[in-house]
Amino acid sequence: MNSNADTDVVVSVRIRVARNLAGFPFTGRASDTQRQEVLQMVTHAPLAGEFPDGLAWVNMNQASAQERQLLVERHLVSKHFAESSLPRALGLGHNEELGVMVNEEDHLRIQSILPGFRLNDAFALARSFDQALEETLDFAFHPRWGYLTACPTNVGSGIRLGAMLHLPALRYSGEIERVKRAAKDLHLAVRGYYGEGTDAIGNFYQVSNQVTLGAPEEELMQHFRDEVIPKLVDYERTARQMLLETNRPLIEDKVYRARATLKVARLLGAEEATKLLSTLRFGICTGLLHNLSIERVEQLLLQVQPAHLAQLDPFAVEEEMGRLSRASLVRRALGDYTEGSPEI
Amino acid sequence: MKCDLCDKPAMVHEVVIQNGNKVEMHFCAEHAAAKGYILPTVPVTQILQQFAAAGKSIKAQKAAARRCEACGLTFAEFRQTGRFGCASCYDAFMPSVAAIIERAQSGAVSHLGRIPKRIEGQADRAAIRRQLIKEIEAAVAAEQYERAASLQGRLHQLGMDTKPPTEPNS
Repeated sequence: MNSNADTDVVVSVRIRVARNLAGFPFTGRASDTQRQEVLQMVTHAPLAGEFPDGLAWVNMNQASAQERQLLVERHLVSKHFAESSLPRALGLGHNEELGVMVNEEDHLRIQSILPGFRLNDAFALARSFDQALEETLDFAFHPRWGYLTACPTNVGSGIRLGAMLHLPALRYSGEIERVKRAAKDLHLAVRGYYGEGTDAIGNFYQVSNQVTLGAPEEELMQHFRDEVIPKLVDYERTARQMLLETNRPLIEDKVYRARATLKVARLLGAEEATKLLSTLRFGICTGLLHNLSIERVEQLLLQVQPAHLAQLDPFAVEEEMGRLSRASLVRRALGDYTEGSPEI
Repeated sequence: MKCDLCDKPAMVHEVVIQNGNKVEMHFCAEHAAAKGYILPTVPVTQILQQFAAAGKSIKAQKAAARRCEACGLTFAEFRQTGRFGCASCYDAFMPSVAAIIERAQSGAVSHLGRIPKRIEGQADRAAIRRQLIKEIEAAVAAEQYERAASLQGRLHQLGMDTKPPTEPNS
């Protein structure tokens, strides 16, 4: 499957590898001294091959609440990891395409997140870091169960394959619950925008494999890449086509109203902006909107999140100012910025 | 168990007969309330946990009190959090671990992927071999041939013979 051809549905892919150091209790059961020791061993491990400069390490206990929120918005850390108070760090490399959480539920959570459907590249990057570390560190491994993890749902390969999918048509047509049930039968987890326990804001869904044991890593990945995701992409595309054929005015109304609102709104909340931008994305993919790229909308989707907005405009940390600032940012980006009253 | 209508844990479990077929339904607190079910004040999952921890039978009590000698985690604690304390827990809580993993991993019975170079051959292979053979025999006895084949696959992958070295008739 071509990576660029699928951006209409596949927003990004994520490979996550869970590893624990042999000889230490898992993070939840370890003492703070042991957690510090794990942190030291990982952050000081010599890295050969692809990572001659090592990673840039962020000490999570020294990061501000806003910086931690920024990392959550970029999907580089889990909410759980951002909010924990344990000794922990995040390593970043390859232009943030590689992120390594130390002392999450497992000692190591190696993640590679890439835009589009570049599953092979993400897999190769995460694996090469895993192997580079394994040259000098011993990972907890069991002859029968493979790589050991705190939760038995991750044991074996320790690899979770994920894709962030944009499924507005399945949601509008009411098919999403049926698809979720089908996904359950295929042993897939379907989660919201920020992972476990979060809502699918803007109809963005994270789909990942639930089985990590019993098949070679390549086989698990091949199945996910060649069968699972293409099937879901097809469902969404068929639903889009059906909606356009049978209910075009409804879809046009949704898309054009979203564009109009974003162009004239003076106050915008993060969730509202996410939902409206998601509808613009849908409009571009269905050919209803021109002169706007998916990449630009995705950039905006990130910029309108609270911590990102506060980086662009320090006054936006206050909620009401944030709403004002967000609306202004979006209007400027959509090329209809008017200081006075809007032209409709 | 998740709610049939969303991803939240199911609190209400109902079995109804529809057109002569048994249909199981599971709902979270909100969807159950929306469908008119009266919720117990304490979630069912919590009751089950307490019930399991209290353990009516001596066998259940013994199982819950089992402890991993390496990290001190009890099986009851594992049941509450769903997280093991250390690598040794995987052996300390056998055979329950095998049943839990097989359930969580859609019936997969062992790792078939990459083995780290640095630890190859260091593990207690004889014990694993004995355990796998025992489970293969149990699977064959229960006519679970697919499971038996899968376990045998793991034996082969570890470079082990499927027949014990002291087979009396060999």
